[in-house]
Amino acid sequence: MTTTAMTRAQAFWRGYLDCAPFILIVVPYSMLFGVVARDAGLDVLQTMSMSVLVIAGASQFTALALLQDQAPVFIALLAALAVNLRMAMYSAALVPHVGHARLGTRVLMSYLMVDQAFAVAVKTYEEQPGMSPAAKVAYYFGCMVLICPFWYGCTLLGALLGRAIPESYALDFAVPVCFIALTAPLLRSLPHVFAALISSLAAIAFAWLPWSLGLIVAALIAMTAGAQAELWLRRRQESRS
Amino acid sequence: MIDNTAFWTLTVLLGLGTFLIRFSFLGLFGRRSLPDWALLHLRYTGVAVFPALVTPLVLWPEATGGTPDPTRILAALAAFLIGLRGSVVGAIIAGMGTLYVLQYLSQFV
Repeated sequence: MTTTAMTRAQAFWRGYLDCAPFILIVVPYSMLFGVVARDAGLDVLQTMSMSVLVIAGASQFTALALLQDQAPVFIALLAALAVNLRMAMYSAALVPHVGHARLGTRVLMSYLMVDQAFAVAVKTYEEQPGMSPAAKVAYYFGCMVLICPFWYGCTLLGALLGRAIPESYALDFAVPVCFIALTAPLLRSLPHVFAALISSLAAIAFAWLPWSLGLIVAALIAMTAGAQAELWLRRRQESRS
Repeated sequence: MIDNTAFWTLTVLLGLGTFLIRFSFLGLFGRRSLPDWALLHLRYTGVAVFPALVTPLVLWPEATGGTPDPTRILAALAAFLIGLRGSVVGAIIAGMGTLYVLQYLSQFV
């Protein structure tokens, strides 16, 4: 793939295609949410409202489970928001690439910010430094325009089909598999590998923290580890030359 | 049974809160350039978040009540190895496929 000026239309469709494999994950995951939500006693309108207003699967499952356990609304809200805190890091990481966009565009980009689109987009931005700012924005929307309708549609399908989907399909496992598929291509330098390793170990070490805060702590430690590893490698190279 | 008021309060606030988290940096710092030290750290966002998210899900899956399940750990490894070769579809098929095959085989053990 050349880095020579990609038109906005080309960038949009590249994003669309690059995100296509994740349909394999979004379909079962959103259907599972539909099923679980109906099972918990929500009606179809409630189930869909949650998926459309929040579009963040993990936090929706968390909120639902806590509501079902009769936890206070405030606690359920904080726990679900803690699961989504990672997206503040995505938001920051996207600034150098698409921060130039108009406010309205950034609002829409924020609403649509999900793990898959973030990971796929940032990987492409870094691999193709020649991409124009406008192409970067178009690419991002290409990623999301594909994922979003499937997210809504399959939540609805799950909500309508309900228990017709047997548990033996182990659909819950689609989530870790998805994140593994997102991580593997990101391991493109030694500091990246080091950061991933630290992230994994820190997640085990801080698993005891409440409200998924272990995830945030582990992520911050791993980011620092990656950055320090990069600086160390750079210093070593400089002292050699 | 989930209380109606509790549900709508939670859903609306969660939607709003999640949006504000997503909008945070993109909204506030949009047109300003971030300092170099921030950019250095942000390059590692993906590799710092995803493994931390995956590891507990693989080691202590909710479906088994939190007890480690060798079939899931092997399936995760299979997905990872195929993923390293750059194929997303391959990683997904390897992961779910390995899990299904091992779950099927474990009936006979």
